[in-house]
Amino acid sequence: MNGRAATGSMGRAFFALVRRDLLLAFRRRTELMFPVIFLLVVISLFPLGIGPSMQLLARISPGVIWIAALLATVISLDGLFRSDYEDGTLEQFVISGHPLTLIALAKILTHWLVAGLPIVLLSPLLAVWMNLPDGTMGVMLITLILGTPILSLIGSIGVGLTISLKRGGQLLSLLVFPLYVPILIIATAAVMAAADSLPYTQFLGLLVAGLITSLTLAPFAAAAALKISLS
Amino acid sequence: MLSASQLNFERYFEPVFKPVSFDLEAGQLLLVTGANGCGKTTLIRVLAGVLHPASGAIDMTARNMAYVGHYLALKDDLSVLENLRFMKDFIGTSERDVEEVIREVGLWRVRYNQARNLSAGQRKRCALARLLLSEADLWLLDEPYSNLDAEGVELVDRLLVRHLEDGGSAVVATHGVHRPGWGGTVEFFLESGATA
Repeated sequence: MNGRAATGSMGRAFFALVRRDLLLAFRRRTELMFPVIFLLVVISLFPLGIGPSMQLLARISPGVIWIAALLATVISLDGLFRSDYEDGTLEQFVISGHPLTLIALAKILTHWLVAGLPIVLLSPLLAVWMNLPDGTMGVMLITLILGTPILSLIGSIGVGLTISLKRGGQLLSLLVFPLYVPILIIATAAVMAAADSLPYTQFLGLLVAGLITSLTLAPFAAAAALKISLS
Repeated sequence: MLSASQLNFERYFEPVFKPVSFDLEAGQLLLVTGANGCGKTTLIRVLAGVLHPASGAIDMTARNMAYVGHYLALKDDLSVLENLRFMKDFIGTSERDVEEVIREVGLWRVRYNQARNLSAGQRKRCALARLLLSEADLWLLDEPYSNLDAEGVELVDRLLVRHLEDGGSAVVATHGVHRPGWGGTVEFFLESGATA
């Protein structure tokens, strides 16, 4: 409806939104740190819980790191659109004339930068902590680089659908966990295959396919979900 | 600039207001009045394109629109300056200077204050500054006088009149008794669609 804005610079709007959300994340440092602290707590509790068996720890470490990453992502998802929904900014986005898909993509990118990227950067430390098998650190890093954006992309659809609900966070977990299961299985299978000196590139290929598919479809689905929630 | 024909909106299969039709030309102000709960906010949101009408049609020839609703789209953790700079960058077409606009709405003294520390009236002024930054032809204002002191009400009237004199148009929803002093004002009484 807003013709002039629609023909304005969409790239400028995209980067303005990313810049603003990064600034907001920096100002809300407690919210920013919570998923990272949660991740570190979960990972540090596992060795204490299962005892001193290094072999067992090495065997389960890919799954544990990935489950912790997945839970940390889910914890941070609810904030993806909520503040914009509650303070009326989302309405302003709708009438701005800029495609809601582009806005959703900017929000997802920022979410990954503040929630997914710290997990990737912390993964070497987590690998040492969890006695990840030798030679698998690189594969673990690649699966996290490919997999965490998928978590943000898929999660954005769930957030869009539940944003207008008062306790949407609980429903959000139920909605997105089943969709996260294939990513979890493929990513851990890749690391386990590398640990057993088996071919693992097919699993990485599946993750790349998942990333491309979700990058292509999820912003559209999230935008549609947001429109439904607004009405 | 904006016309509506037999516009209707339903919530849970119940019409929110009785069908609305109007034609709004450049320089005209449509003042939507009515009792609490008659659907003024819903009508404004339908006109803004946030909600989709159940029936009827909207024809907008204005190049762009700006909307100030109950929720003012301010980020509490950003200053007045940061909030407005973001909006200017996001809109992407405005040539207005942010600092000049802040002076115009009387927020210069608090420009570095975070929005969480502003009063309700100052927050409303910040939202009005966004209107000026948008340089939109059509303004959709929902209760623009709420939370404003006498000086603030005068500011809204002054901005509205200048916008209309410049060939813009506006739809203003209000339940109050204050009327902006503009000759081209068309008053529309919105009736609730509830049957009981």
